[in-house]
Amino acid sequence: MPGSSRDLGTPRARTRDRLLARRIRSLVIEHSYRAHVGHIGSSLSVAEILGALYGSVVHGQPTDPARDRVILSKGHAALGLFAALTLTGRLEPDELDTFCRPGSRLGVHPDPGVPGVDFGTGSLGHGLSIGTGAALAARMQNRSSRVFVVLSDAELNEGAVWEAAQFAAHHRLGNLVAIVDLNGQQAFGYTSEVLSIPDVGGAFTAFGWDVVQADGHDEEGLSRVFDVEGAPGSPRVVLAKTVFGRGVSFMERQLKWHYLPLEEEQYHVAMQELQPS
Amino acid sequence: MRTAFVDTLVQLAKEDERVVLLTGDLGFMALEPFRDAYPSRFVNVGVAEQNLIGIATGLADAGFTPFCYSIATFASMRGFEFFRNGAAWHNLPVRLVGMGGGFEYGSAGVTHHGVEDLGAMRLLPPVTVIAPADAEQTPPLVRYAQSRRGPVYLRLGKNDRRRVPGLEGAFEPDRISITRQGASGLVLATGSVAAEAAESVEGLSLSGLSCSFGVVASLAPAPVDHLRELLAAHPWVATVEAHVPAGGLGSLVAEVLAEQGAATPLLRCCVDDPFASEELGDEAFLHELHGLSATALERRLASFVESLA
Repeated sequence: MPGSSRDLGTPRARTRDRLLARRIRSLVIEHSYRAHVGHIGSSLSVAEILGALYGSVVHGQPTDPARDRVILSKGHAALGLFAALTLTGRLEPDELDTFCRPGSRLGVHPDPGVPGVDFGTGSLGHGLSIGTGAALAARMQNRSSRVFVVLSDAELNEGAVWEAAQFAAHHRLGNLVAIVDLNGQQAFGYTSEVLSIPDVGGAFTAFGWDVVQADGHDEEGLSRVFDVEGAPGSPRVVLAKTVFGRGVSFMERQLKWHYLPLEEEQYHVAMQELQPS
Repeated sequence: MRTAFVDTLVQLAKEDERVVLLTGDLGFMALEPFRDAYPSRFVNVGVAEQNLIGIATGLADAGFTPFCYSIATFASMRGFEFFRNGAAWHNLPVRLVGMGGGFEYGSAGVTHHGVEDLGAMRLLPPVTVIAPADAEQTPPLVRYAQSRRGPVYLRLGKNDRRRVPGLEGAFEPDRISITRQGASGLVLATGSVAAEAAESVEGLSLSGLSCSFGVVASLAPAPVDHLRELLAAHPWVATVEAHVPAGGLGSLVAEVLAEQGAATPLLRCCVDDPFASEELGDEAFLHELHGLSATALERRLASFVESLA
C-alpha cells in the first residue's frame, strides 16, 4: 500500500495559543455579506468545533497522504470551514476573497478541489460513511491518523448515518470521531418538532459508540475532547451542544438565518458584536 | 461470469495490493475464494448499499481500488447519489459490480431485474460502464476495470457456461468485438443477452440474411469511431440488450446516428417496460416475454428487414 509514514506537520505551534472561533465568525459574517448568501447560522454554530479541530487537533498538511481527515458532512457550513482553513494557513486569504464569485472554487458547499478540503459534501448523510471508509483505510494501512466527521443534528434524520454508525462500531474503528452539532435547528423548524431523537447519546450508545457530551462553544474544552482517543476500539461521538447563529444576537436560534443574507445595517451590527471584548 | 469474475479478482489481488473486495452481504458460494485467499482485504459491510459505496469512497481516496459487489439493481441504484457525489465527483477508483444484470434473477421479481443500471451509470461522465457478454470475456473486462483511473460500473451475469460463439474473450478498448461478418445488416448486443442475439443472427443466415454481429462491451467510453465505421458499411442496424430503451446500447447508437445526421434505420430490441407485465419466470421466459429470446429476436429482425424493403 502507499506509504504508512506519518508526517505530523501541524499548524498547532502557530495557533495553539490563539482561539479561532471569534475570527472564524468574523470571516463568516464578512464573506457572507460580501457574497450576499445565507447559511450563516450553521457556520456560526460550528465555529468552536472547527476552531478546535484545525487550531490544535488535526495533524498533517493537506497534501500529506497520512494526514488526519476532516469531513464537513454538514456541508452548508462551508464558509466556516473555509474561514478555519484560511486562519490556519491551509487556504490562501486571496482565495477566500473569491467566495461565491463567478469562477471561484469556493461555494456554499465545499468542493474537493479546494486546498484543505478532504471531501466535497453538500448532501446530508454522506459524510459519516466516507469517514468510516477513511478510518478503515487508515487501519488497513497501519497508519495512526484519525478521521473527524462533523454532522448536523438534522442530518441524523438520514438513514445512511446509521448504516455507517453500525459498521464503525462493529469494526471497532477507534480512529473515527463523529461530532454532532446539536444546534436544534433544521431547514423547516426545530429538530424537536420536525423529527426528534429524544436521546441522541442513547442512540449512539445502543449502536456501540463511545459517547461524550460537550459544550460546543468551549473551543479549548473541545480540543481536549478531540485530542483524547475514545474507549479502545470504539468510535467516538462528541455531542456538541451549540446555539444556532451563536455570536450574533439577532441570529441566535432564528431559523431565517439558515436562509437570509445580511443587509448592510445588520452586517455592521454583527461585526460590532464580534469585536474582541 | 461470476466464477470468472472471482477467479480473476483473486489473481488481480495477488498482482495488485490495492485490490479489496466489499460486498453488501451477497455472493454466498461465489466470493469465498477471494475471502479465503485475502481475508484482510475482504469486507462484508452488511445489507447497506449506500454505506458500501461510501466506505469504498474513503478507501479509494486512501489508495485502494475497492470492488463493491451487489445485485445490479442495488449496486447501481440504491447508492446512486453516494456514487455520484463520492467516486464520480472525486474521480476515485471505486469499481461497482452489479451482478445479474438483465433478467438473470428471473423469478426473484422486479426488484431484482437490473434493466436500468447501464443507463443510470452512463449519466455520470467519469464512470466507465462495461458489461462482458460471457465468461470468457469477463477476465479481460475485470482487468480493464482495474486499469481505469476513475470509477467503474461492471455489469455481470451469473451464467458461467453460455458462450457467444466466436467471441473467445476478445475485448479491445474503443473497439466493438465483431464475431461475424455479413453485408445485410449490423446487429449489436451488450451483456449476457448477446448469446441470444448471436443465435438469432445465425438463424437469420440460414434463411439467407447474412448480418454482421458485434459485442459492445464498453458503453462508456463508447467505441464511437468504430461504430461509425460499421454503420457506414451496413444498410441498417439493430441493437439487443436486456435494458430499458433509455440510456443503454440502443440509446447510444441512436445518439451516434443522430449526431452524424445518418438516415440508417435502427431497431432497438430492449425491455420496453419492465413493469408492464405481472408474469414472472426464469431468464429464458422473461427474454421470450420481452422479445429478447433468440427465436423472438430472429422474428423481429426478419420483420424489420421486411419493413425496409
